[in-house]
Amino acid sequence: MALMIPCPHCGRRPYGEFWASGELPEGGHGVEADVEADYRRVWLRRNVAGDQRERWFHHAGCRRWLTLTRNTITNAIHDVV
Amino acid sequence: MLKLFRREQYLRVDTLGDRYDVVIIGGGGHGLATAYYLAAKFGVTKVAVLERAYIGSGGTGRNTTVLRANYKTPETIAFYRASYQLYATLGQDLDYNMLRSQRGLLWLAHSEPQLRNQRERALQNQQFGVNTVFLDAAQVKATCPELDMTGGGKRPILGAAYHPPGAIIRHDAVAWAYAMAAQRLGVEIHQGIEVTGLDIEGGRCRGVRTNQGPIAAGKVLSAVGGYVTDIANMAGIRLPIVTHPLQAYVTEAYKPVLDRIVASADLHIYVSQSARGEVLIGAEIDPFTSYSTRSTFPFLASCSARAIDLFPFLAKLRILRQWTGLCDMTPDYSPLMGLCEVENFLISSGWGTWGFKAIPASGLAMAELLATGQVPSLIAPFALDRFRRDRAVPERASAGTH
Repeated sequence: MALMIPCPHCGRRPYGEFWASGELPEGGHGVEADVEADYRRVWLRRNVAGDQRERWFHHAGCRRWLTLTRNTITNAIHDVV
Repeated sequence: MLKLFRREQYLRVDTLGDRYDVVIIGGGGHGLATAYYLAAKFGVTKVAVLERAYIGSGGTGRNTTVLRANYKTPETIAFYRASYQLYATLGQDLDYNMLRSQRGLLWLAHSEPQLRNQRERALQNQQFGVNTVFLDAAQVKATCPELDMTGGGKRPILGAAYHPPGAIIRHDAVAWAYAMAAQRLGVEIHQGIEVTGLDIEGGRCRGVRTNQGPIAAGKVLSAVGGYVTDIANMAGIRLPIVTHPLQAYVTEAYKPVLDRIVASADLHIYVSQSARGEVLIGAEIDPFTSYSTRSTFPFLASCSARAIDLFPFLAKLRILRQWTGLCDMTPDYSPLMGLCEVENFLISSGWGTWGFKAIPASGLAMAELLATGQVPSLIAPFALDRFRRDRAVPERASAGTH
Protein backbone atom coordinates (compact mmCIF):
# COMPACT_ATOMS: atom_id res chain seq x y z
CA MET A 1 0.00 0.00 0.00
CA ALA A 2 1.32 3.32 -0.94
CA LEU A 3 1.88 5.93 1.74
CA MET A 4 -1.37 7.95 1.80
CA ILE A 5 -1.27 11.64 2.57
CA PRO A 6 -4.45 13.28 3.92
CA CYS A 7 -4.66 16.44 1.82
CA PRO A 8 -7.07 18.92 3.46
CA HIS A 9 -8.33 19.92 0.01
CA CYS A 10 -8.40 16.60 -1.91
CA GLY A 11 -8.67 13.86 0.74
CA ARG A 12 -6.40 10.84 1.18
CA ARG A 13 -4.10 10.63 -1.87
CA PRO A 14 -1.06 8.40 -2.67
CA TYR A 15 2.36 9.99 -2.09
CA GLY A 16 3.24 9.84 -5.80
CA GLU A 17 0.95 12.84 -6.31
CA PHE A 18 3.17 14.92 -4.03
CA TRP A 19 6.69 16.28 -3.96
CA ALA A 20 8.38 16.05 -0.57
CA SER A 21 10.40 19.14 0.17
CA GLY A 22 11.81 18.06 3.49
CA GLU A 23 11.97 19.30 7.05
CA LEU A 24 10.90 22.82 7.97
CA PRO A 25 13.95 24.99 8.58
CA GLU A 26 14.50 26.44 12.03
CA GLY A 27 14.12 30.15 12.58
CA GLY A 28 13.68 32.88 10.03
CA HIS A 29 15.73 33.76 7.04
CA GLY A 30 16.16 36.60 4.60
CA VAL A 31 18.56 39.42 3.91
CA GLU A 32 19.05 40.13 7.61
CA ALA A 33 20.24 36.57 8.41
CA ASP A 34 23.97 36.32 9.10
CA VAL A 35 26.23 34.03 7.08
CA GLU A 36 26.36 31.36 9.78
CA ALA A 37 22.56 31.17 10.09
CA ASP A 38 22.27 31.06 6.32
CA TYR A 39 24.78 28.21 6.08
CA ARG A 40 22.93 26.16 8.68
CA ARG A 41 19.55 26.73 7.04
CA VAL A 42 20.73 25.93 3.52
CA TRP A 43 23.00 22.93 4.16
CA LEU A 44 22.50 21.35 7.59
CA ARG A 45 19.56 19.14 8.62
CA ARG A 46 18.20 17.84 11.92
CA ASN A 47 17.17 14.62 10.12
CA VAL A 48 15.02 13.54 13.07
CA ALA A 49 14.19 9.87 13.67
CA GLY A 50 10.64 10.46 14.93
CA ASP A 51 8.08 13.24 14.49
CA GLN A 52 9.21 15.76 11.88
CA ARG A 53 7.40 18.89 10.71
CA GLU A 54 7.72 19.09 6.92
CA ARG A 55 6.37 20.57 3.70
CA TRP A 56 4.77 18.71 0.76
CA PHE A 57 3.53 20.08 -2.56
CA HIS A 58 0.45 18.45 -4.10
CA HIS A 59 1.59 18.74 -7.72
CA ALA A 60 -0.91 16.26 -9.19
CA GLY A 61 -3.86 17.53 -7.15
CA CYS A 62 -4.78 20.93 -5.77
CA ARG A 63 -1.22 22.26 -6.37
CA ARG A 64 -1.10 23.71 -2.90
CA TRP A 65 1.61 23.48 -0.23
CA LEU A 66 0.81 21.40 2.86
CA THR A 67 2.57 21.47 6.21
CA LEU A 68 2.30 18.25 8.17
CA THR A 69 3.93 16.17 10.89
CA ARG A 70 5.22 12.77 9.83
CA ASN A 71 6.88 10.16 12.01
CA THR A 72 9.99 9.27 10.00
CA ILE A 73 10.17 5.80 11.54
CA THR A 74 6.54 4.69 11.05
CA ASN A 75 5.52 7.24 8.36
CA ALA A 76 2.34 8.00 10.35
CA ILE A 77 1.04 11.48 9.44
CA HIS A 78 -0.93 13.98 11.53
CA ASP A 79 -1.60 17.70 11.98
CA VAL A 80 -1.92 18.52 8.29
CA VAL A 81 -2.58 22.16 7.38
CA MET B 1 34.92 -34.62 6.13
CA LEU B 2 32.48 -31.74 6.56
CA LYS B 3 34.88 -29.98 8.89
CA LEU B 4 37.43 -29.80 6.13
CA PHE B 5 35.32 -27.17 4.41
CA ARG B 6 33.30 -25.56 7.17
CA ARG B 7 34.49 -23.27 9.89
CA GLU B 8 33.10 -23.78 13.36
CA GLN B 9 33.58 -20.13 14.23
CA TYR B 10 34.26 -17.14 12.03
CA LEU B 11 35.16 -14.50 14.56
CA ARG B 12 37.00 -14.68 17.86
CA VAL B 13 34.95 -13.34 20.79
CA ASP B 14 37.03 -10.92 22.87
CA THR B 15 36.45 -9.44 26.32
CA LEU B 16 35.63 -5.75 26.08
CA GLY B 17 38.49 -3.62 27.39
CA ASP B 18 38.25 -0.17 28.97
CA ARG B 19 40.79 1.65 26.81
CA TYR B 20 41.82 1.57 23.14
CA ASP B 21 43.96 3.74 20.89
CA VAL B 22 41.13 3.87 18.37
CA VAL B 23 37.45 3.05 18.84
CA ILE B 24 35.44 2.63 15.63
CA ILE B 25 31.67 2.91 15.92
CA GLY B 26 29.95 0.76 13.31
CA GLY B 27 30.97 -2.70 12.08
CA GLY B 28 30.10 -2.26 8.43
CA GLY B 29 32.53 -2.37 5.55
CA HIS B 30 33.91 1.11 6.23
CA GLY B 31 34.56 0.52 9.93
CA LEU B 32 36.05 -2.93 9.42
CA ALA B 33 38.25 -1.85 6.51
CA THR B 34 39.55 1.12 8.52
CA ALA B 35 40.37 -1.22 11.41
CA TYR B 36 42.16 -3.64 9.09
CA TYR B 37 44.29 -0.96 7.41
CA LEU B 38 45.12 0.66 10.77
CA ALA B 39 46.66 -2.65 11.85
CA ALA B 40 48.05 -3.80 8.51
CA LYS B 41 49.52 -0.57 7.15
CA PHE B 42 50.07 1.65 10.17
CA GLY B 43 50.80 -0.78 13.01
CA VAL B 44 47.92 0.49 15.17
CA THR B 45 46.46 -2.69 16.65
CA LYS B 46 44.85 -1.54 19.90
CA VAL B 47 41.63 -0.96 18.02
CA ALA B 48 38.03 -1.92 18.85
CA VAL B 49 35.15 -1.99 16.39
CA LEU B 50 31.78 -1.62 18.16
CA GLU B 51 28.74 -2.90 16.27
CA ARG B 52 25.27 -2.75 17.82
CA ALA B 53 23.78 -5.53 15.65
CA TYR B 54 26.05 -7.88 13.68
CA ILE B 55 28.83 -6.99 11.24
CA GLY B 56 27.67 -6.05 7.78
CA SER B 57 24.03 -5.78 8.87
CA GLY B 58 23.49 -2.31 7.43
CA GLY B 59 24.28 -0.93 4.00
CA THR B 60 27.22 -3.32 3.54
CA GLY B 61 24.87 -6.30 3.44
CA ARG B 62 22.00 -4.52 1.64
CA ASN B 63 23.63 -2.81 -1.33
CA THR B 64 23.55 -4.28 -4.82
CA THR B 65 27.26 -5.20 -4.94
CA VAL B 66 28.36 -3.16 -7.97
CA LEU B 67 32.00 -2.07 -8.32
CA ARG B 68 32.72 0.71 -10.80
CA ALA B 69 34.72 3.91 -11.19
CA ASN B 70 32.78 5.78 -13.91
CA TYR B 71 32.01 8.97 -11.99
CA LYS B 72 31.90 12.54 -13.27
CA THR B 73 34.12 14.87 -11.23
CA PRO B 74 37.94 14.59 -11.22
CA GLU B 75 37.97 14.22 -7.41
CA THR B 76 35.48 11.38 -7.37
CA ILE B 77 36.91 9.54 -10.38
CA ALA B 78 40.35 9.46 -8.72
CA PHE B 79 38.88 8.21 -5.46
CA TYR B 80 36.79 5.42 -7.00
CA ARG B 81 39.58 4.41 -9.37
CA ALA B 82 41.79 3.85 -6.31
CA SER B 83 39.02 1.88 -4.63
CA TYR B 84 38.41 -0.26 -7.72
CA GLN B 85 42.13 -1.11 -7.87
CA LEU B 86 42.18 -2.13 -4.20
CA TYR B 87 39.09 -4.31 -4.76
CA ALA B 88 40.78 -6.00 -7.74
CA THR B 89 43.29 -7.78 -5.48
CA LEU B 90 41.30 -7.79 -2.25
CA GLY B 91 40.55 -11.53 -2.39
CA GLN B 92 44.28 -12.36 -2.48
CA ASP B 93 45.22 -9.64 0.03
CA LEU B 94 42.72 -10.85 2.64
CA ASP B 95 42.84 -14.54 1.66
CA TYR B 96 39.11 -14.84 1.12
CA ASN B 97 37.06 -15.69 -1.96
CA MET B 98 34.61 -12.84 -2.56
CA LEU B 99 33.28 -14.20 -5.87
CA ARG B 100 34.34 -11.05 -7.69
CA SER B 101 33.07 -11.17 -11.25
CA GLN B 102 33.91 -8.57 -13.89
CA ARG B 103 30.85 -8.03 -16.11
CA GLY B 104 31.08 -4.71 -17.89
CA LEU B 105 28.55 -2.01 -17.06
CA LEU B 106 26.22 -0.39 -19.60
CA TRP B 107 24.68 2.95 -18.68
CA LEU B 108 21.82 3.40 -21.14
CA ALA B 109 20.51 6.63 -22.61
CA HIS B 110 16.90 6.82 -23.86
CA SER B 111 16.85 10.55 -24.52
CA GLU B 112 18.95 13.26 -26.16
CA PRO B 113 19.99 14.87 -22.86
CA GLN B 114 21.11 11.49 -21.49
CA LEU B 115 22.93 10.74 -24.73
CA ARG B 116 24.95 13.92 -24.25
CA ASN B 117 25.41 13.12 -20.57
CA GLN B 118 26.74 9.60 -21.24
CA ARG B 119 29.06 10.77 -24.03
CA GLU B 120 30.45 13.46 -21.74
CA ARG B 121 30.89 10.88 -19.01
CA ALA B 122 32.88 8.56 -21.32
CA LEU B 123 35.18 11.42 -22.34
CA GLN B 124 35.60 12.61 -18.77
CA ASN B 125 36.45 9.07 -17.60
CA GLN B 126 39.04 8.62 -20.36
CA GLN B 127 40.64 11.91 -19.41
CA PHE B 128 41.21 10.61 -15.87
CA GLY B 129 42.37 7.12 -16.79
CA VAL B 130 39.11 5.19 -16.37
CA ASN B 131 38.01 2.87 -19.16
CA THR B 132 34.58 4.06 -20.36
CA VAL B 133 33.55 4.24 -24.01
CA PHE B 134 30.48 5.64 -25.73
CA LEU B 135 28.41 3.11 -27.72
CA ASP B 136 25.71 3.73 -30.31
CA ALA B 137 22.51 1.67 -30.34
CA ALA B 138 23.90 -1.11 -32.59
CA GLN B 139 26.96 -1.49 -30.38
CA VAL B 140 24.75 -1.61 -27.29
CA LYS B 141 22.72 -4.44 -28.80
CA ALA B 142 25.92 -6.34 -29.67
CA THR B 143 27.23 -5.86 -26.12
CA CYS B 144 24.00 -7.02 -24.46
CA PRO B 145 21.76 -8.99 -26.89
CA GLU B 146 19.09 -9.59 -24.23
CA LEU B 147 18.05 -5.90 -24.28
CA ASP B 148 14.78 -4.87 -25.90
CA MET B 149 16.12 -1.93 -27.90
CA THR B 150 12.64 -0.38 -28.16
CA GLY B 151 12.49 -0.06 -24.36
CA GLY B 152 9.12 -1.82 -24.25
CA GLY B 153 7.99 0.26 -27.23
CA LYS B 154 8.12 3.35 -25.03
CA ARG B 155 11.74 4.27 -24.41
CA PRO B 156 14.01 3.32 -27.36
CA ILE B 157 17.67 2.86 -26.38
CA LEU B 158 19.74 5.45 -28.26
CA GLY B 159 23.19 4.68 -26.91
CA ALA B 160 25.17 4.02 -23.75
CA ALA B 161 28.33 4.69 -21.83
CA TYR B 162 30.06 1.32 -21.49
CA HIS B 163 32.40 0.77 -18.55
CA PRO B 164 34.15 -2.61 -19.08
CA PRO B 165 35.66 -2.76 -15.55
CA GLY B 166 32.16 -2.83 -13.98
CA ALA B 167 32.02 -5.82 -11.63
CA ILE B 168 30.00 -7.47 -8.90
CA ILE B 169 31.36 -8.98 -5.70
CA ARG B 170 29.77 -10.77 -2.77
CA HIS B 171 29.11 -8.00 -0.25
CA ASP B 172 28.85 -10.09 2.95
CA ALA B 173 32.19 -11.66 2.11
CA VAL B 174 33.82 -8.22 2.00
CA ALA B 175 32.70 -7.51 5.58
CA TRP B 176 33.69 -10.97 6.84
CA ALA B 177 37.07 -10.91 5.10
CA TYR B 178 38.02 -7.52 6.53
CA ALA B 179 36.79 -8.56 9.98
CA MET B 180 38.78 -11.80 10.04
CA ALA B 181 41.91 -10.21 8.59
CA ALA B 182 41.72 -7.40 11.15
CA GLN B 183 41.28 -9.91 13.99
CA ARG B 184 44.34 -11.85 12.87
CA LEU B 185 46.31 -8.63 13.37
CA GLY B 186 44.97 -8.08 16.88
CA VAL B 187 41.94 -5.81 16.30
CA GLU B 188 38.92 -6.54 18.51
CA ILE B 189 35.46 -6.73 16.97
CA HIS B 190 32.57 -6.48 19.41
CA GLN B 191 29.07 -7.23 18.16
CA GLY B 192 25.93 -6.43 20.10
CA ILE B 193 27.45 -3.35 21.77
CA GLU B 194 25.59 -0.09 21.34
CA VAL B 195 27.21 3.30 21.75
CA THR B 196 24.95 5.51 23.87
CA GLY B 197 27.10 8.63 24.15
CA LEU B 198 30.46 10.27 23.58
CA ASP B 199 32.77 11.55 26.32
CA ILE B 200 33.62 15.06 25.24
CA GLU B 201 35.56 17.48 27.45
CA GLY B 202 36.64 20.91 26.31
CA GLY B 203 35.90 20.21 22.66
CA ARG B 204 37.95 16.99 22.72
CA CYS B 205 36.60 13.45 22.46
CA ARG B 206 38.01 11.12 25.13
CA GLY B 207 35.98 7.99 24.59
CA VAL B 208 32.54 6.49 24.21
CA ARG B 209 29.77 5.37 26.55
CA THR B 210 28.14 2.06 25.71
CA ASN B 211 25.39 -0.18 27.01
CA GLN B 212 28.24 -2.16 28.62
CA GLY B 213 30.03 0.74 30.24
CA PRO B 214 32.44 3.52 29.25
CA ILE B 215 35.47 2.98 27.02
CA ALA B 216 38.35 5.46 26.83
CA ALA B 217 39.83 6.09 23.40
CA GLY B 218 42.66 8.08 21.87
CA LYS B 219 40.51 8.69 18.83
CA VAL B 220 36.94 7.80 17.91
CA LEU B 221 35.71 7.23 14.37
CA SER B 222 32.04 7.13 13.50
CA ALA B 223 31.66 4.76 10.55
CA VAL B 224 27.93 4.54 11.20
CA GLY B 225 25.46 4.35 8.34
CA GLY B 226 21.73 5.09 8.57
CA TYR B 227 21.75 6.40 12.14
CA VAL B 228 24.79 8.70 11.86
CA THR B 229 22.56 11.62 12.87
CA ASP B 230 22.20 10.01 16.34
CA ILE B 231 25.98 9.82 16.69
CA ALA B 232 26.42 13.41 15.43
CA ASN B 233 23.86 14.57 18.00
CA MET B 234 25.97 12.91 20.74
CA ALA B 235 28.91 15.00 19.51
CA GLY B 236 26.76 18.13 19.33
CA ILE B 237 27.31 18.63 15.62
CA ARG B 238 24.84 18.90 12.78
CA LEU B 239 25.47 17.25 9.40
CA PRO B 240 24.32 18.02 5.85
CA ILE B 241 22.62 14.62 5.73
CA VAL B 242 19.09 13.33 5.29
CA THR B 243 18.19 9.64 5.47
CA HIS B 244 16.31 8.00 2.62
CA PRO B 245 15.34 4.34 2.20
CA LEU B 246 16.48 2.48 -0.90
CA GLN B 247 14.79 -0.70 -2.01
CA ALA B 248 15.95 -3.61 -4.14
CA TYR B 249 14.84 -7.15 -4.90
CA VAL B 250 15.88 -10.39 -6.58
CA THR B 251 13.96 -12.85 -8.72
CA GLU B 252 14.10 -16.62 -8.38
CA ALA B 253 17.25 -18.23 -9.81
CA TYR B 254 17.26 -18.42 -13.61
CA LYS B 255 19.71 -19.85 -16.15
CA PRO B 256 22.74 -17.59 -16.75
CA VAL B 257 21.59 -15.15 -19.44
CA LEU B 258 22.76 -11.72 -18.38
CA ASP B 259 26.52 -11.10 -18.38
CA ARG B 260 26.39 -7.33 -18.15
CA ILE B 261 25.33 -4.98 -15.43
CA VAL B 262 22.75 -2.71 -17.08
CA ALA B 263 21.76 0.67 -15.66
CA SER B 264 19.38 3.22 -17.12
CA ALA B 265 19.57 6.84 -16.10
CA ASP B 266 16.21 7.66 -17.70
CA LEU B 267 14.35 4.70 -16.18
CA HIS B 268 16.16 4.96 -12.81
CA ILE B 269 16.81 1.23 -12.51
CA TYR B 270 19.68 -1.22 -12.85
CA VAL B 271 19.76 -4.96 -13.40
CA SER B 272 22.40 -7.66 -12.96
CA GLN B 273 22.45 -11.43 -12.52
CA SER B 274 24.17 -12.94 -9.50
CA ALA B 275 26.38 -16.03 -9.43
CA ARG B 276 23.37 -17.91 -8.04
CA GLY B 277 21.26 -16.98 -11.06
CA GLU B 278 19.01 -14.53 -9.24
CA VAL B 279 18.31 -11.40 -11.26
CA LEU B 280 18.94 -8.40 -9.02
CA ILE B 281 16.96 -5.22 -9.65
CA GLY B 282 17.47 -1.93 -7.88
CA ALA B 283 16.42 1.68 -8.24
CA GLU B 284 17.06 5.11 -6.84
CA ILE B 285 16.22 6.21 -3.31
CA ASP B 286 12.61 6.55 -2.16
CA PRO B 287 11.42 10.12 -2.83
CA PHE B 288 10.99 11.18 0.81
CA THR B 289 13.19 10.87 3.89
CA SER B 290 12.46 8.01 6.25
CA TYR B 291 14.08 5.57 8.65
CA SER B 292 11.54 2.89 7.76
CA THR B 293 13.06 -0.27 6.27
CA ARG B 294 9.67 -1.66 5.32
CA SER B 295 9.57 -2.73 1.66
CA THR B 296 6.66 -1.44 -0.36
CA PHE B 297 4.46 -2.81 -3.14
CA PRO B 298 4.34 0.43 -5.21
CA PHE B 299 8.11 0.23 -5.53
CA LEU B 300 7.96 -3.39 -6.66
CA ALA B 301 5.23 -2.67 -9.21
CA SER B 302 6.81 0.41 -10.81
CA CYS B 303 10.36 -0.97 -10.79
CA SER B 304 9.28 -4.29 -12.32
CA ALA B 305 7.41 -2.52 -15.11
CA ARG B 306 10.54 -0.59 -16.05
CA ALA B 307 12.80 -3.66 -15.77
CA ILE B 308 10.52 -5.62 -18.11
CA ASP B 309 10.69 -2.75 -20.62
CA LEU B 310 14.43 -3.43 -20.83
CA PHE B 311 14.40 -7.23 -20.47
CA PRO B 312 11.10 -8.84 -21.55
CA PHE B 313 12.19 -12.29 -20.27
CA LEU B 314 11.93 -10.96 -16.70
CA ALA B 315 8.12 -10.95 -17.01
CA LYS B 316 7.93 -14.69 -16.43
CA LEU B 317 10.20 -14.75 -13.37
CA ARG B 318 8.84 -14.73 -9.84
CA ILE B 319 10.17 -12.38 -7.19
CA LEU B 320 12.06 -14.18 -4.46
CA ARG B 321 13.07 -11.52 -1.97
CA GLN B 322 12.76 -7.77 -1.41
CA TRP B 323 14.64 -5.61 1.08
CA THR B 324 15.40 -2.03 2.09
CA GLY B 325 18.45 -0.19 3.37
CA LEU B 326 19.03 3.32 4.67
CA CYS B 327 21.07 5.85 2.68
CA ASP B 328 22.71 8.93 4.19
CA MET B 329 22.21 11.42 1.39
CA THR B 330 24.38 14.52 1.12
CA PRO B 331 23.37 17.58 -0.94
CA ASP B 332 26.04 16.92 -3.61
CA TYR B 333 25.83 13.09 -3.63
CA SER B 334 29.43 12.77 -2.40
CA PRO B 335 30.68 11.34 0.91
CA LEU B 336 31.63 13.22 4.09
CA MET B 337 34.99 12.07 5.40
CA GLY B 338 37.48 13.42 7.85
CA LEU B 339 37.83 15.73 10.80
CA CYS B 340 35.10 17.77 12.47
CA GLU B 341 34.77 20.49 15.14
CA VAL B 342 35.32 17.97 17.94
CA GLU B 343 38.99 17.06 18.33
CA ASN B 344 39.87 13.35 18.11
CA PHE B 345 36.42 12.55 16.73
CA LEU B 346 36.30 11.64 13.04
CA ILE B 347 33.48 10.86 10.69
CA SER B 348 33.16 8.66 7.63
CA SER B 349 29.59 9.11 6.50
CA GLY B 350 27.27 10.41 3.84
CA TRP B 351 27.76 7.18 1.91
CA GLY B 352 24.31 7.43 0.30
CA THR B 353 24.13 5.09 -2.67
CA TRP B 354 27.90 5.15 -3.36
CA GLY B 355 29.39 3.55 -0.23
CA PHE B 356 30.02 -0.11 -0.90
CA LYS B 357 32.33 0.39 -3.87
CA ALA B 358 34.32 2.91 -1.81
CA ILE B 359 35.07 0.63 1.15
CA PRO B 360 38.77 -0.17 0.49
CA ALA B 361 39.82 3.37 -0.49
CA SER B 362 37.83 4.95 2.33
CA GLY B 363 39.17 2.43 4.87
CA LEU B 364 42.77 3.00 3.82
CA ALA B 365 42.45 6.79 3.76
CA MET B 366 40.65 7.01 7.11
CA ALA B 367 43.25 4.69 8.64
CA GLU B 368 46.01 7.01 7.40
CA LEU B 369 44.18 10.02 8.82
CA LEU B 370 43.66 8.31 12.20
CA ALA B 371 47.27 7.11 12.37
CA THR B 372 49.10 10.20 11.11
CA GLY B 373 46.69 13.07 11.70
CA GLN B 374 47.26 14.19 8.09
CA VAL B 375 44.32 14.29 5.66
CA PRO B 376 45.27 12.19 2.58
CA SER B 377 44.91 14.22 -0.62
CA LEU B 378 42.61 11.55 -2.08
CA ILE B 379 39.87 12.38 0.45
CA ALA B 380 40.59 16.06 1.11
CA PRO B 381 37.84 17.15 -1.36
CA PHE B 382 35.24 15.27 0.73
CA ALA B 383 35.88 17.21 3.95
CA LEU B 384 32.87 17.93 6.17
CA ASP B 385 33.24 21.70 5.87
CA ARG B 386 33.19 21.81 2.05
CA PHE B 387 29.69 23.33 1.90
CA ARG B 388 30.77 26.18 4.14
CA ARG B 389 33.64 26.79 1.72
CA ASP B 390 31.38 26.53 -1.37
CA ARG B 391 33.32 23.48 -2.59
CA ALA B 392 30.62 20.88 -3.26
CA VAL B 393 31.56 17.80 -5.32
CA PRO B 394 28.46 17.34 -7.47
CA GLU B 395 27.89 13.70 -8.45
CA ARG B 396 24.13 13.35 -8.61
CA ALA B 397 24.04 12.03 -12.19
CA SER B 398 26.58 9.30 -11.59
CA ALA B 399 25.95 8.34 -7.96
CA GLY B 400 22.17 8.56 -7.71
CA THR B 401 21.34 4.90 -8.24
CA HIS B 402 24.02 2.32 -7.46
